[in-house]
Amino acid sequence: MTINRRTFLKGTAATASAGLFSSSAWAEDPIGVASIHDLSGGLDIYGKPMVDALTLAIEEANAAGGLLGRQLKLINYDTQSNMQLYTQFAQQAALKDKVAVVHGGITSASREVIRPVLDRFKTLYFYNTQYEGGVCDRNQFDTGVTPAQTVEKLVPYAMKKWGKKVYVVAADYNYGQITSQWVKKYVMENGGEVSSIDFFPLDVTNFGPTISKIQAAKPDFVWSALVGGAHISFYRQWAAAGMRASIPMASTTFAVGNEHIVLSPEECNGMLVCYNYFQDLKNPVNEAFVASFHKRFGADYPNITELAMGTYQGFRLWAEAVKKAGSVDRLKVIDALETGISIDAPSGKVTIDPPTHHCVLDVHIAEVSDKKLKVLEDFAQQKPADTAAVCNLIKNPNDNQQYVIKI
Amino acid sequence: MDLVALLAIQVLYAIASLALISVGLAIIFGMMRVINLAHGEFLMLGGYAAIVATSHGISIWLSMLVVAPIVVGIIGVVVERTIIRFLYGRMIDTMLATWGLSLLLVGLTTAIFGNTTVGISAPLGSIQIGAYRTSAYTLFVIAVAVVTLGAIFAVMRWTRLGLIARGTMQNANMAAALGVNPPRVYAVTFGVGAALSGLAGAVLAPVSGVFPTIGVAYVAKSFITVIGGGAAILSGTVSASALFGAINQIATFVTTPVFGEVALLAAAIVLIRLLPQGITGRFFRRGL
Repeated sequence: MTINRRTFLKGTAATASAGLFSSSAWAEDPIGVASIHDLSGGLDIYGKPMVDALTLAIEEANAAGGLLGRQLKLINYDTQSNMQLYTQFAQQAALKDKVAVVHGGITSASREVIRPVLDRFKTLYFYNTQYEGGVCDRNQFDTGVTPAQTVEKLVPYAMKKWGKKVYVVAADYNYGQITSQWVKKYVMENGGEVSSIDFFPLDVTNFGPTISKIQAAKPDFVWSALVGGAHISFYRQWAAAGMRASIPMASTTFAVGNEHIVLSPEECNGMLVCYNYFQDLKNPVNEAFVASFHKRFGADYPNITELAMGTYQGFRLWAEAVKKAGSVDRLKVIDALETGISIDAPSGKVTIDPPTHHCVLDVHIAEVSDKKLKVLEDFAQQKPADTAAVCNLIKNPNDNQQYVIKI
Repeated sequence: MDLVALLAIQVLYAIASLALISVGLAIIFGMMRVINLAHGEFLMLGGYAAIVATSHGISIWLSMLVVAPIVVGIIGVVVERTIIRFLYGRMIDTMLATWGLSLLLVGLTTAIFGNTTVGISAPLGSIQIGAYRTSAYTLFVIAVAVVTLGAIFAVMRWTRLGLIARGTMQNANMAAALGVNPPRVYAVTFGVGAALSGLAGAVLAPVSGVFPTIGVAYVAKSFITVIGGGAAILSGTVSASALFGAINQIATFVTTPVFGEVALLAAAIVLIRLLPQGITGRFFRRGL
């Protein structure tokens, strides 16, 4: 990291204020839990449900008497879809507010911004978003699904249904670039071909030329790993060009930001997605969860998203580990998590996979149908095989990097 | 061959949308020398006006072509009367004021509509070109651009209103001596510029969706087009849009959208280096 005057001042200011204000920590202080999510700007479609889920999880825990006899306190930082704020708030959470754990980061870019900060200041970090996989860092736990759990299932399903030739459109940053390589890998393994992979910066709204290119390439289906509010116009323009009827689509990101509710059914019906959680999952834990969520945030809450559930489950796993460790000390909690802690969550059983710090969980393939997600097929207890192939934190606890797929 | 036709439509569409988003700015900047940094927000407001009107049961065509320009035009006049008119001739101050206005408008719309993307489905369905399909709405956007530019030309060239506007912009004191009321001309011109921006924002809303910060995506391109076009409002906007739109779209088609944007910016830099006064500084000098 380069130190210029601004970051130096910020750093010293944070350190100084930490010294001034937080010297009086006694046992009955509430336990600080930091939430670092985008609540405004282009990524707030993802951030808001995540923070709501975390709020509910903490309120439930407090109502049940807190953790270790102490109440929990949610400290909320709005990063405003701005990467610089991630650094600033991660430092503030670690140094000034001295939180026990940070839940946060939405895009993979933001995760890579805060991960080194929290490593340096020794603050436990939960990244609760479905992402491209491969992060290997003893200080971090990843509760979202990765390509070996979702893409690996959805590619053969879609190829069987539609055909072997795939055209990939993806967001232009580490998530889209790495995920599209996983798509390519699984398409090739299933005997298909990827005719092209196109990347789009997050602010692109004109997809006309790309739609022409896709038509010229004549794929059997399109795979979308597009991200954020601006990219929604791809689906609109695709439907407006009359393409939805002739070339179907599968996605690793669609509906995560409730795109299926923003768009009209004519613009996105029939699209296939694959995630860990859908609001309509039929099991008693989920039905109770949805009921209490609606009681807290209103029955008209549009949809409890995959990312919201990731955050909820992330918090529950951490809380379980704190109980087991009998302490909020970072290393003790990590040790407790590495025993392979497990919870009965609304999405089914979720277990920490000790060598990778990722999760073993259920995934489901679903279809967009009139603003709902209709579950078509279930896959129980999927392992994070992509990260497991390269990462073993039990053998190499000092490993600290993101492994990237090579084809 | 079909693909060539499809690509030609895409290029025309890129040119038309650039011209649409720039012409309001060109009028405000070119005629009044006011650098309106809230231009992108005028476009954004046009989009919201159209979407709100449509969701209240007004026909989508009426919302886009009538309601949005009127709403944003009125906002433009209010802005001119309350802020801009005190700052004529002080370019830096107008930049600061309109930048503040832009932040205010983004904040207000975020407070009212929230920060999520809203949109309406593009009407008209799709058309078949040989083996390919494209949105019929694309052709509608091209038509709107042609009609708008044609109307501006007609008003400026053949009506008394256009004559007064041009005269006031050239020499306000002389126009005042001849009985024209320059403040009123400025207010009307600013309002017309804003209305055109509202129209553009509304017409593009079904394509790109609307969110409070969408102005950022438009404002840089509009400024590049206006600066690249140079002093003459219409011929400048049209020629710069044609150049940049074609380069952007063809580069996007041949390579990737990232490179398409790079090509547009590179072309703008080269153009400004070769023609510091913009295209109409050297060509079409006698154009409007």
